Amino acid sequence: MKYSLTSKLSAGFLLIISAVAVLAPWMAPYSYETQDTLRTLAFPSLDHWMGTDRLGRDLLSRMIYGARVSLFIGVFTTLFALLIGTVYGAISAYVGGRTDNLMMRLVDVVFALPDLLMIILITVLMGRGVAGVFVALTLVSWVTVARLVRGEVLRIKEFPYVMAARALGASPARILVREILPNILGILVVTLSFRIPMAILAESTLSFIGLGIAPPFSSWGTLANDGWTAIKFYPHLILFPSLAIFLTILSFNFLGDSLREAFDPRSSS
Amino acid sequence: MLRFVLRRILSGIPVLVTVATLTFLIMHWVPGGPFDAEKILPPEIIANIEAKYHLDKPVPLQYLLYMKQLLQGDLGPSYKYLGRDVSDIIRDTFPVSFTLGLCAVLVVLGLGVPAGMISAYWKNSALDRSVLLLAAMGISVPSFVLGAISVWIFSHHWHWFPPALWEGPRHMILPAFALGAGFAGYVARLTRTTMLDVLSSDYIRTARAKGLTEPVIMFKHVLMNSIYPIVSVMGPLTAGLVTGSFVIEFIFSIPGMGRFFITAVTNRDYPLIMGVTLVYAVLIVIANLVVDMIYGWLDPRVTLK
Repeated sequence: MKYSLTSKLSAGFLLIISAVAVLAPWMAPYSYETQDTLRTLAFPSLDHWMGTDRLGRDLLSRMIYGARVSLFIGVFTTLFALLIGTVYGAISAYVGGRTDNLMMRLVDVVFALPDLLMIILITVLMGRGVAGVFVALTLVSWVTVARLVRGEVLRIKEFPYVMAARALGASPARILVREILPNILGILVVTLSFRIPMAILAESTLSFIGLGIAPPFSSWGTLANDGWTAIKFYPHLILFPSLAIFLTILSFNFLGDSLREAFDPRSSS
Repeated sequence: MLRFVLRRILSGIPVLVTVATLTFLIMHWVPGGPFDAEKILPPEIIANIEAKYHLDKPVPLQYLLYMKQLLQGDLGPSYKYLGRDVSDIIRDTFPVSFTLGLCAVLVVLGLGVPAGMISAYWKNSALDRSVLLLAAMGISVPSFVLGAISVWIFSHHWHWFPPALWEGPRHMILPAFALGAGFAGYVARLTRTTMLDVLSSDYIRTARAKGLTEPVIMFKHVLMNSIYPIVSVMGPLTAGLVTGSFVIEFIFSIPGMGRFFITAVTNRDYPLIMGVTLVYAVLIVIANLVVDMIYGWLDPRVTLK
């Protein structure tokens, strides 16, 4: 397997920001709420590499803590959606018949609803904050995975080796986990790398329009929203969060592209 | 054809009913009513208001009343914009959002298709690689980032375009660009892939062997055979533009449905939230139908049943 330079750079970037996010309390020069009241709305300097916001809080430190929220939501909602979607899709495909039909009808309905709209409605119901955004994103995105996994399982379950396993008396659970799952793992990894940036995008968009993460937590989207109100004279306040979101999503997409090429020999670009 | 359209419209109905039911339920589960505002009203007045809007009745009855109104095409009064019906608000704001969406579609096709064509024609050239990089960046950049940065550069810094409002063609350029650029990247990639497929096919070699000029080959043969995937992506694209418009209308203070939706959510203006949600759902159902029809009309191999 040969990986391109862009995918190596992307993986490196993602590793670094993940490490920074995990080690936030040790990496951040200040706490996310320390106020330097003498220097509010400061431009980047040696003391404050990314400047300070209107309350004099260090933007770099807030970005580092924000990485925690943004990445946590992106990664874990996707993992959750992947888990639910895989179990649901696999069961639907394996059982087949009327059950499959019924289960997929539900998926169709959720699929037909505009994502962001539903996410907004669910966060309204759950209340703004990490929990609300988490549940909303998971509920909206598991259906894509369910459809994908169902298709794959339908295809694989007709393979001779699966029939052989069945003939040998393996239970459906064993067949699904031991015979079929290893064969869809590649596709799941690729899906993961494409769904994480979508989740990060959705969360930051939601937070940017003021319907997502609420204080005391702040994600990159919340920071971008803070910066937006001061964009005319203090553009750096929105520039840094925007850049972080953009580069993260870009890296995940590059990584996803090369993973897809690696795992799926049929797709060659 | 007529049967196909009818069937598709019928199959859209369960989706719409589900959307209506879901939004209704969600809106009634949320904590906090529409009238617990800053001012504390006397209980009698609250009782009166609730009676007027049927809020004192049991939820299942409220649901039936709402669905009945809906069937009559009445979306009810707005709770916050006093004296205005939701239908009025939608009638005022829909054209704005629709125009924004159309402009964005122009950006998507106007940028995406030519870029993809250039990229496919000069495959592996520096030009191709720059198009691919730009497309990857376009796909990755959130529309609010693009919107905000372009406001700063083109409005605050260079004063080329107005940073907000909706008062003429000059006001449309930045929002349409911010909304459409991401999808343009997607369409460029798609166009490139399908065109490469077509370019390596036998009938293109035949066309070249016949001595047709390159422009004729590219536009008449290659482009015409590459548009099907582009057309079929227009359905999801419409859905994406619809939801994308929330953010863009928020950034540019455009008086469209998306901005009213966000305000309605913060105000807990139930009827307005449900009304806008329904309009969006109908729009997406229609867009998918239209895309399928165009597809069937373009591609003789597809029969609409």
